[in-house]
Amino acid sequence: MPYVPHSPEEVREMLEVIGVSTVEDLFAEIPAEFRPKSFDLPEGKSEMEVLDRLEHLAAKNTTNMTSFLGAGFYDHFIPSAVDALSSRGEFYTAYTPYQPEAAQGTLQAIFEYQTAMTRLMGLPYANASVYDGGTALYEAAMMAVRKTRRRKIIVSEGLNPIYRVMLDSYTTNLNLELVTIPHKNGATDIKAISAAIDKETAAVLVQNPNFFGSINDFTDLFKTVHENKAVAVMSTYPVMQSVLKTPGDMGADIAVADGQSLGQPLSFGGPYLGIMTCNKTLVRQMPGRMAGRTTDTEGRTGYVLTLQAREQHIRRHKATSNICSNQALCALRALIHLCLLGEEGLRRTAGLSIERAHYAAERLTAIDGVELFTEGPFGNEFAITLPVNAYEVIDALTERSIIPGFPIGRYYEGMEKGLLVACTEKTTEEQIGIFAEILRGTLS
Amino acid sequence: MTTVFKKSVPGREGVWPAKPKKDVSEFIPAELLRDSAGMPSLSELDVVRHFTRLSLKNYGVDGNFYPLGSCTMKYNPKFTEKAAALPGFARLHPVMPQLKGAGRHCQGALEVVYETEQLLSEITGMSGFTLQPMAGAHGELTGAMLIAAYHKDKGNKKTKVICPDSAHGTNPASATIAGFEVISIESKDGIISPEALAEVLDDDVAALMMTCPNTLGLFETHLPEIVKMLHEKDALLYYDGANLNAIMGKLRVGDAGFDVVHVNLHKTFATPHGGGGPGSGPVGVSEKLLPYLPISRVKKLEDGSFYLDYNYPKSIGYIAPFYGSFGVFLKAYAYILRLGREGIVRASENAVLNANYMRKKLEDYFEIPYNKLCMHEFVSSAAKQAENGVRALDIAKALLDKGYHAPTIYFPLIVKECMMIEPTETESKATMDAFIDDLIEIAQIAETDPDALHAAPIYLPASRLDETAAARNMELTDDIG
Repeated sequence: MPYVPHSPEEVREMLEVIGVSTVEDLFAEIPAEFRPKSFDLPEGKSEMEVLDRLEHLAAKNTTNMTSFLGAGFYDHFIPSAVDALSSRGEFYTAYTPYQPEAAQGTLQAIFEYQTAMTRLMGLPYANASVYDGGTALYEAAMMAVRKTRRRKIIVSEGLNPIYRVMLDSYTTNLNLELVTIPHKNGATDIKAISAAIDKETAAVLVQNPNFFGSINDFTDLFKTVHENKAVAVMSTYPVMQSVLKTPGDMGADIAVADGQSLGQPLSFGGPYLGIMTCNKTLVRQMPGRMAGRTTDTEGRTGYVLTLQAREQHIRRHKATSNICSNQALCALRALIHLCLLGEEGLRRTAGLSIERAHYAAERLTAIDGVELFTEGPFGNEFAITLPVNAYEVIDALTERSIIPGFPIGRYYEGMEKGLLVACTEKTTEEQIGIFAEILRGTLS
Repeated sequence: MTTVFKKSVPGREGVWPAKPKKDVSEFIPAELLRDSAGMPSLSELDVVRHFTRLSLKNYGVDGNFYPLGSCTMKYNPKFTEKAAALPGFARLHPVMPQLKGAGRHCQGALEVVYETEQLLSEITGMSGFTLQPMAGAHGELTGAMLIAAYHKDKGNKKTKVICPDSAHGTNPASATIAGFEVISIESKDGIISPEALAEVLDDDVAALMMTCPNTLGLFETHLPEIVKMLHEKDALLYYDGANLNAIMGKLRVGDAGFDVVHVNLHKTFATPHGGGGPGSGPVGVSEKLLPYLPISRVKKLEDGSFYLDYNYPKSIGYIAPFYGSFGVFLKAYAYILRLGREGIVRASENAVLNANYMRKKLEDYFEIPYNKLCMHEFVSSAAKQAENGVRALDIAKALLDKGYHAPTIYFPLIVKECMMIEPTETESKATMDAFIDDLIEIAQIAETDPDALHAAPIYLPASRLDETAAARNMELTDDIG
């Protein structure tokens, strides 16, 4: 039997110690009427057979097309050392660091991850990560609700719609009011958001760059948020955050992001990690784990999980959140990724992605009937308006091994001709050229 | 050990892509840009050495026996990593199946989702599963949201969820966050008593959250009666699957009358926990809760192809951006296929065999508060040793010095000086015997030289750490403090 080491003789010896005659006797307390009505699983297979099966399934997915898909999740290059280091068994097969002396590796890595995230976001405190960017956004909103004891949450429609639908689900049973402020031609409508803020507002949730790729400075907006004693929450994209003005510099109280673009494969949606950072007044409202630096009995520097009085295992139903684990391994990958690229590598990654996106925008909008939708500055992603429904273009180009982007109409009514196009440092000028030419041919 | 940031040498070359032709300021106005992001400058070897050295300060299952009760730290087979890393999975963008025609380009991944749901349904006896929850506690929250949706839809005004005092702290926290008031009940002789339940069970109760076997490692022998009592009130039964590893093939929670279950894949189905996550906490439901499961759901057409179905008007909506921790449940899927029916049953049998063996071997040296047949784990107590001033914490640290991870200590909260031991099925008799001998030796030292144990650990990278100072100083990054 795979992975179970006992010989029949050893089993006999153990049963004798216990004082029963068969293994089945150990389950005597489970009543007969509760025994399984069926247990119809396939027969076990050899490792080789299972791998064959999985290779067969993997081959049914097409991953060799040129893709301009983004929508918050990006195909950045992952240095080989990220896999090599993060798959070391000492990291990989460890549990939550409940015995800190035996988990200094994990704990120091979390502490360093927290440091990296606070620097990226320009805010002083970070947690050890939560499940994903959407969860991080929801948790940020709840931090604001607890802090302000108010119930109105203002949400920009420029926020990733995938996260907004999550926010809707999570808040259904809570006595909260979500107010969504429509975008204005793809731009975050700062004026309308400002006008909606009042003394009942707990939080204002915005994104930079927003879903359409548009880059903003929210400094003035956040001033209005603070004048009303509400909490300013900004969702970001960590790779762009290496070059963009930080949430902290704009005056955000909480900054969140999905960390997928930092060393995590796309992997059909997960596992990813939710990044959360905040200022000092909110740190005790932060959900999940945090690692802190301290000393041992010899005075040596060491690390522990800290501020646990906020957490579910101590506070039970009064905890800041029900979140118990973090995405430790994903956080480790993000940290290693950032360290390997370093300051210069990260800036180049962002710079190349931006440069390629602007080249793509130029090439695509040179086609008759294709217009740039995103107003103002944008980073590595932008929206265009096509003369036809975006799905038609996606279907036609996919046939030619190009996935041209994300159909905006899927989430935004009346924008069926909108296409969201993303580039990374992996996108080549040649690929962009082929995309543009095939699109031109398709539309003519 | 110095942090990676302090090792930075400006100008040192890391893993750089090509230099862009133009500066970013040619595309984005300067006032929207920042200067430095504060990332370190290191060579690849600097980074490799730093993280290799950090890894050597860690205990993992690959290197050590890890009898951490309630956490089920069994061996994670290596081949599943290979499966998850296949480019056909790792490079697949999650919105692919949303692109209409492009759904045909991810049939393999959708099949993994579909089949994993089917396999988990058969193992637990539930009618349907969602793989979206990204951790056990996330599964609990999803379950509590499903329970709320069910009652709301039926027009039931139910506001309370019952959690036994032995429940994981996540249970009451999850129920609260889903909008419920939490009622706690006391266990009697380590299990839920129908009398205690009857006292709090009124028409306002939406559900009871139960772990069975419970956190004391005991089977809830009043389960049939409890199920009946709850269902008579149209209250639902939630099963916390943390201890599923004890009962596979012996009890299917669906057959036993549970309405919702979450499964911790990193425990029962051997996906590595990575020092704290990622997890994956799929949720299974009985037939009456099927309409409320999160969207999208993967469906199979008659021609054998798969698609995403969003047509569930009563769904609780999205609780994850896509399909959950795909890379994690892919490994669980591979593990289940590898073991098959017989292997899965054998896993539970050996987990229970090992726990009972250790319980019997230790009963003369440590107090075993509920010393009867246990499931895959048991609770022992250092109460006897505490009379000499040696606490569970000291014993845990002494075990670290012996090269093991410690058992879970001080949980469940209802047992004094609690040490919860879970060997799991993948440990050999030889490993357990060596651990038992070491633990007995520690018990003897507790009688003769208690101070020696107060000093432990002394052979690890750190001795006991000052947690109070850590909380007071709040030094949470390299830039503070």
